[in-house]
Amino acid sequence: MREINSSLVTEKVARLFQEANYSLPEDVVAALKKAQKTEESERGREVLRQVLENAEIAAGGEIPLCQDTGVAVVFLEIGQDVHIDGDLTVAINEGVRRGYQAGYLRKSMVVRPLSERRNSEDNTPAVIHTEIVAGDTIKVSVMPKGGGAENMTRLAMLTPAQGRQGIVDFALSVVDEAGGAPCPPVIIGIGIGGTAEKAALLAKKALLRRVGEPGADPDTAGLEKEILERTNRLGIGPMGYGGRVTALAVHAEVFPCHIASLPVVVNLQCHSARHLTATI
Amino acid sequence: MAKKVKLPLSEETIAGLKAGDKLLLSGTFYAARDAAHRRMLADLEKGKPLPFDIRGETIYFMGPTPARPDRIIGSAGPTTSGRMDAYSPVLISAGLKAMIGKGKRNQTVKGVTKRHRAVYLGATGGAGALLSRSIQRAEVVAYPELGAEAILRLEVSDFPVVVINDIYGGDLYESAKLDYRLE
Repeated sequence: MREINSSLVTEKVARLFQEANYSLPEDVVAALKKAQKTEESERGREVLRQVLENAEIAAGGEIPLCQDTGVAVVFLEIGQDVHIDGDLTVAINEGVRRGYQAGYLRKSMVVRPLSERRNSEDNTPAVIHTEIVAGDTIKVSVMPKGGGAENMTRLAMLTPAQGRQGIVDFALSVVDEAGGAPCPPVIIGIGIGGTAEKAALLAKKALLRRVGEPGADPDTAGLEKEILERTNRLGIGPMGYGGRVTALAVHAEVFPCHIASLPVVVNLQCHSARHLTATI
Repeated sequence: MAKKVKLPLSEETIAGLKAGDKLLLSGTFYAARDAAHRRMLADLEKGKPLPFDIRGETIYFMGPTPARPDRIIGSAGPTTSGRMDAYSPVLISAGLKAMIGKGKRNQTVKGVTKRHRAVYLGATGGAGALLSRSIQRAEVVAYPELGAEAILRLEVSDFPVVVINDIYGGDLYESAKLDYRLE
């Protein structure tokens, strides 16, 4: 049994959210540079130029990549041989509080969302997903998730008869309907199978993958490839100004499901695809 | 080439704008997003005046990150305009001439915009650090208690936008998509 003080989690979460909001992952930068080469639309190329210049400015550490520094989404993989000294949820929220304050990040969480919508003023509470795994470490991944892209998330409980084709059609319709709002070129996270909430979590987790890294098996990878190719035929382009690059990648995660079901969730990530992982 | 344009937009300038034009805006506009819009409409309903004279003005749908002590403003990119569709028609009827944001507007907003000879402009989402460099002054003019959602008056120089909806019914999102659509 390994003892980990919850204050270590606080420090790590605070640092990760600050770093994630100032520096775009290098795989995302590489994908945007590649897009700039392949994009045929002049307006689209100009958007990509602005986005890449933006990443350079933000990396200086003074101004965040985007004014929407997100809902603080935290994924934890906790080794079953770890004992955490202190309250883990309190520790994570304290990390969010400190990171958003010290990093001059925007506080975007409102309490009593259906009435008062009062800002909590420290960006808490975080949305926390915990998994117990083998081992004696804690893996912490943070994802500051912007509202514009998150709002375009859709769920479909397809029938088994709709099958693979139904998934392709649904994913394309979600991206097409969203247009320029989620800040394309997007990364398309797709969760397939399980139950409604399982599919939603899979779709979100798929966004943690390196850009363009194929799915676990040939079936999934083939589906991702087809959806990506067809998405980039929609013509939406960077920021919806027309073009060939509407998505940088499609990441699908699949889980077995009930004989009656085929749950599918599409969760879009904007081009400012911020996330960062560390292990304690 | 981008056209250099002065704010507030004159009737003649607006008449010369076509969907797809690239502009560099200089002058003053106001930043307001969801909560500020809700407050402005509540003020109007109560018969109170708006916190600034909206006639001929431009609203930027934006709520920045906090400015560091030595900075004018933090990251300052556009938010999704569609959420303001519920409020924009009233403000356009009151004299608002231009809106800056990202993402499509509904048919009602597009209709009112065209009828009142107003325009909708797009700024690059996720480029808040870059766009902040075009902002030279920022001051809170209303609803300071809303924090990041307070109304700001911003002085800008060469702020880059693209015309999305012009007064002739042009819609860049619709036309550009068709130009590149293969299915």
